[in-house]
Amino acid sequence: MFNNFFHKMASPKYFYRISGQLLPWLAVAFVLAAVAGLYYGLVVAPPDYQQGDSYRIMFVHVPAAWMSLFIYIVMAGAGAIGLVWRIKLAEVVSISSATVGASFTFLALVTGSIWGKPMWGTWWVWDARLTSELILLFLYLGIIALHNAIDDKRTAARATAILAIVGVINIPIIHYSVEWWNTLHQGPTVTKFDAPSIHISMLIPLLLMALAFKLYYALVVLMRARCEVLERERHTGWVKQLAESQ
Amino acid sequence: MTPKRRNRVILIVLVLAGVGVAVGFALKAFNENLMFFYQPSQVIAGEAPAGRLIRVGGLVTNGSVERQPDGLTVQFAITDNVDTITVQYTGILPDLFREGQGIIARGRLGDDRLFIAEEVLAKHDENYMPPEVADALKASQEAGAGTGNAQ
Repeated sequence: MFNNFFHKMASPKYFYRISGQLLPWLAVAFVLAAVAGLYYGLVVAPPDYQQGDSYRIMFVHVPAAWMSLFIYIVMAGAGAIGLVWRIKLAEVVSISSATVGASFTFLALVTGSIWGKPMWGTWWVWDARLTSELILLFLYLGIIALHNAIDDKRTAARATAILAIVGVINIPIIHYSVEWWNTLHQGPTVTKFDAPSIHISMLIPLLLMALAFKLYYALVVLMRARCEVLERERHTGWVKQLAESQ
Repeated sequence: MTPKRRNRVILIVLVLAGVGVAVGFALKAFNENLMFFYQPSQVIAGEAPAGRLIRVGGLVTNGSVERQPDGLTVQFAITDNVDTITVQYTGILPDLFREGQGIIARGRLGDDRLFIAEEVLAKHDENYMPPEVADALKASQEAGAGTGNAQ
C-alpha cells in the first residue's frame, strides 16, 4: 500500500489533484504559526540580558538560515531521485525549491547584516560562516541560471541535479564552520547535542517561526510545482481536459 | 533496483566522495587563512606575522578598561585565559563591548607589545536569556563559588 502511494504521488495528474486539496490547509496553518510566532517573539518574549530588544531579529534570521540549508538538502535529494529513477515529479520539486531556497538564503544574509552592524560593529566580515553562506546563495543562483539556460526540461533537470549534488558539500561546511574555525559568528545555540543555550521563553517563538517557515516553503513549493507540472504536461489529455473545464 | 539505476546511485556516491575529499584537502591546506583571528597566546608565541595587519580575539579582562582623557581612546586587555595582550583603540566601540565579553580587534602589534587596533568588533556568544535569569544565574554562581561548589 505504501509503495502504491508513492507510485500514485509520482503521477503528475494525481499530484496535481492532491496538492490542490492540500494548499488551503497549508496556507491556514502557515498564517496561524506565523502570527503566533511573531506575537510570542515580538510581544511576549522578554528582552535579552545583553542585547535588549535587538536580538528579536533572530526570530526571522535563524529560521531563514535553517531553511536555506534544509531546502538545499531537499533540492539536492529530489534532484538525485530524479537522476536515478527518472521521476518527473522529483525533478519538478527540485527546481521549484531553488528560488525559495535562494530567497531564504538572501533573507538570512540581510537580517544577519542588519543585526551585525549594531551588535558586532560591522555589516559584513569574511569569516567562514558568512562566506560559506554567501557561497550557498551563489550555488542557488547558479542552479536557477543553469536551469533557465537549457531549453529541454529533462536535460535541464539532469544538469541542475548534478550541480545541486556537488554543492551539497557546502552544507556541512556551513553548519560546522563555527566549530572548525575561529569565526566572528557565534556557535550553535539550538542545533547541538547539549541542551539549547536559550531560555525557553525565547525558544518557543523561535521554533514557532521555524515551523511557520517550513509550512511557507511547503506551500510555495507546491504552488510552483503545480505550475511547472501543468507546463510540462500541457500536451497531455488530462491538462487539456482541465483547461476546457475551467 | 535495476543495474542501470544501481550504477547511477554508485556514480552519485562516488562523485560526492570525490568532491568531499578534494574540498576537505583544500580546506585543510587553507586552514590558517580560514581562521578569522589569532588568540593572544598564538600572538605571544610568535605565530602571527609581526608588523602586519592581523586580528586578535579574546575576552576583555575584568577591570582592564581604561579611558584616556580625550574621551575616545580606550585601552584594555584581552585574554584567552593563557596569555594577555593590551589593546589600544580610538573610536566608537560596538554595543556589546563590555568587560568579560569576547571581542575581535584588527590592527598591528607594536614593538612595545601594545596592540594598536583600527577596528574593534564584539563577538556575541550563543546564550540568550532574559535579564532576570542572567542575574539569578550570576547570583547562584557567586554563591556556588563562595562555598567552593562552583560548577
